[in-house]
Amino acid sequence: MASPSMALEERSGALAAARRTWNDLWGDALGRTGVILLVFVGMVAVLGPMVFPFDPKAVGRSAVDILRPPSASHWLGTDELGRDVFRATLSGARISLLVGLLATAISILAGALIGVIAGYYPGWLDSGLMRITDFFLVIPTLPLVIALAALFGQSLGIIILVIGLTGWPGTARIVRSQVLSLRERQFIARIRSFGASDARIVGLHILPNVLPLIFANTVLVIAGSILSEATLAFLGLGDPVHVSWGTMLHFAFVSGATGRGAWWYFLPPGVGIVVVVLGFTLVGHTLDQILNPRLRTR
Amino acid sequence: MFRPRYLVRKGVQLAVTLFAVVTFNFLLFRVLPGDPIRLIARSGHLPPGAVEQLRKLFGLDQPLIVQYGYYLRNLARGNFGFSYTYREPVADILAQRMTNTIVLLGAATVLIVGLGVGLGVLAASRRGTRIDSGTVVSALVFWSLPTFWTGMILVFVLGVWVHALPISGITTPGAIYSSVWQRISDVARHIALPTITLALVDVAQFVLITRSALVDVLTEDFILTAKAKGLSHRRVIWAHGFRNALLPVITASALYISLVVGGAIQVETVFSWPGMGRLIYDAVLRRDYPILEACFLIFAVTVILANLASDLLYQVLDPRVREA
Repeated sequence: MASPSMALEERSGALAAARRTWNDLWGDALGRTGVILLVFVGMVAVLGPMVFPFDPKAVGRSAVDILRPPSASHWLGTDELGRDVFRATLSGARISLLVGLLATAISILAGALIGVIAGYYPGWLDSGLMRITDFFLVIPTLPLVIALAALFGQSLGIIILVIGLTGWPGTARIVRSQVLSLRERQFIARIRSFGASDARIVGLHILPNVLPLIFANTVLVIAGSILSEATLAFLGLGDPVHVSWGTMLHFAFVSGATGRGAWWYFLPPGVGIVVVVLGFTLVGHTLDQILNPRLRTR
Repeated sequence: MFRPRYLVRKGVQLAVTLFAVVTFNFLLFRVLPGDPIRLIARSGHLPPGAVEQLRKLFGLDQPLIVQYGYYLRNLARGNFGFSYTYREPVADILAQRMTNTIVLLGAATVLIVGLGVGLGVLAASRRGTRIDSGTVVSALVFWSLPTFWTGMILVFVLGVWVHALPISGITTPGAIYSSVWQRISDVARHIALPTITLALVDVAQFVLITRSALVDVLTEDFILTAKAKGLSHRRVIWAHGFRNALLPVITASALYISLVVGGAIQVETVFSWPGMGRLIYDAVLRRDYPILEACFLIFAVTVILANLASDLLYQVLDPRVREA
């Protein structure tokens, strides 16, 4: 932990700290593997559909085109409608990543906001907010997400909102405990005695110290959000227009691809999910070891 | 063992949380867009008189607060409403389904706790070795697997390819058993794949938590003392180390319940296991809200009770918290 110094010094040190964190991450075998996996998936998601665009309407002409094994014209075979699985997988990457990232943004913003308020204002506000947090922490996530998605519809926007608005309690808890310990520090007390406003103290002095922890947590939440989306979509609650990896697996399952041994249909989207989630998990796990003060003191 | 004041506080907390969950559940399923009458009738073309009659029958002509009163009264009587698709009381449908889910989760939990604690202790006691890093990496990889996809892979490899195990249902359809044992062994063969799927994915958390808790404890002075006394490695690890590493593991088991409930929904869907998870999947596809509502409530209450149990267990095991 940086010595309790002045804000100016801390900010000029932020760049150096970020650099140090990156070096630690890249120096760790697991962290480096995670970064490489993520760069790979990111490139596939961005470039893949440009080079191999997927046309959901390009269905097969006859029954012969359905669930065909890989061939020269269809590198990963065809699905139950005779569409190209390789191209579908590439375009699914975008949807899965998009949902994961946007849902996480909502979770983190909500969690950080609630955590900072609860940690900074002890008393009824804190205990009230924490009661709500604990309530959502004990409610089993998947049944809740299923109920919400089933009730409010199957569009990408709804799915992002539902996953985002159920994923914040963990972040809120972590941020609160960190803010709670920061606000008792000497340097915060000194700054307050200068007459700094609450907004200034939180914005300039508390947040910069909580950010590293939020960052590590964010990376792990992304992994969870992508898994949530995949599960929801697999259960038939995905957006039928924007086909994600989970939606592909739903149709693979419903059309009986597993029983018919059409491995080329259900392997690629699943491998995609595992690679992305593993990438974020490895990076998040390593960042947590580097940035979490509780783990670092060991 | 417990102070009365602590128990009273916990009891009040439990009552408040349960009340909140019930209310949340009620409101969640009342804000849904669309007319419930249409969902019950499964058709938009009803004579106006019939609509009014149904509305009255289900109490939907009453203000929300009165409906809430009915809802609480019905819950207290074990009445979970009437399924749109099965045309049966939800409570009747749930009874058998719940048993099947409990059997599946019981089997999986035994496997997960045993395997998770065993591997976690193994990794921690060989800290820094290949065994340790191998265990951690495998745990992270398995943690990243979607449960439903792992199930699909196992169906393909062990069910379709090798034909080693049945891939669907709880018993062989149409089977006639000559004895109870034959029936049990049939169920055991059917439960194998769903249980293995759940264990593969959900064991990771237990491994990582057990490992890190034990790694922490093993740096303590009393471990050094135990070693200096000349105790065997096994005794130091289990009797001195693991006993003290139990607390974080207990805390994690409350989270585990929430996790495994989600896992059950996925695994039961893939393997057509006739439990609550499969029921939820079917209810989602057919928009059978009363069933969804009841299942959500039951899962939520289960997780809340599991949290309470882990809190109480924590108190029993850690004398330091008991006084607080």
